[in-house]
Amino acid sequence: MTLKTKDGSEPLWRDEFSVRAEDERLVTRRQFAKFLTLTSVAMAAGNAWIVVKSWFRRPPEFPRVTVAAIGDVPVGGVKLFNYPTPNDPCLLVRTDADTHVAYSQVCTHLSCAVFFSPESERLECPCHRGSFSVTDGSVIAGPPPRRLPRVVLERRGSDLVAVRMEGHGGEPTR
Amino acid sequence: MVAIDGALALIAVLLIVQMWLLSATLEAYLGGRDGVVVPAAVVSGALCAMCLVLASFIRKVGRTGPNDSVS
Repeated sequence: MTLKTKDGSEPLWRDEFSVRAEDERLVTRRQFAKFLTLTSVAMAAGNAWIVVKSWFRRPPEFPRVTVAAIGDVPVGGVKLFNYPTPNDPCLLVRTDADTHVAYSQVCTHLSCAVFFSPESERLECPCHRGSFSVTDGSVIAGPPPRRLPRVVLERRGSDLVAVRMEGHGGEPTR
Repeated sequence: MVAIDGALALIAVLLIVQMWLLSATLEAYLGGRDGVVVPAAVVSGALCAMCLVLASFIRKVGRTGPNDSVS
C-alpha cells in the first residue's frame, strides 16, 4: 500500500518510519531448521574438540617443594604457599597435632581466594559463600562445581614436602 | 505443517540438550575428569545426527507445503 500526499509526494512521517513490513525478509522454516542444525553441528564439533584436547593433554609435572617444618604451623593454624608454580596459591592447614592438609586456595567457582575458618572447620569462599570440607576438599555448600585440588604432602624428617596435586585439571598456571 | 513445527521443536530441544552437554563436558575436562569426554562426544554426535535427519525431513516436506514462513 502506498500512502502519498495530495500533491503526490511522500508524507513527512515516512522519514521516521522508513521500514516497510512487506519489504522485510521472512525467515522460512527451512532456513530456521538449517540454522538450528548448523548450531547442533557446532556443538558436536565442540565436544569433538574437547576429546582432541584431552588426547594431547600432557600430564602436569609437579616439583617437590618443602612447604613448612612440622612445628611451624600451630594446631588450627594456616600457612600460605605457592605450588606447583609461584602463580598457584595454596594453603596448608594443621587440623590436629598429627594431621596437615593442603589445598589450592583458588575457589573452583570463580577463582576467589578461600580461607580456613577454625570455627566451622571449613574452607570458606567469601565471594559467594561456598564452603569446602577441610578433610578432603569436597564441596559442602554454595555454588562451587567441584572440590578443591588437593596438594599431596609427604613428611621428610621434620619437613612437609608437596609432591603433587590431585584434582588439578590442566597444567600448572604459567 | 504440524509435522514441520513438531520437527522444529524437536530440533530445538535436542540443541538445548547438546548445549548443556557441551558445558558439562567442558566443566569435567577442566576439572581433570577425562573419562566423560569421549562418551559425551559420542552422545553429542548422535544428537547432531538426529538433528540432521529432522532437518532433511523438514527440507523434504517443506518443499511441498503451501505456507513455508515462520512469522
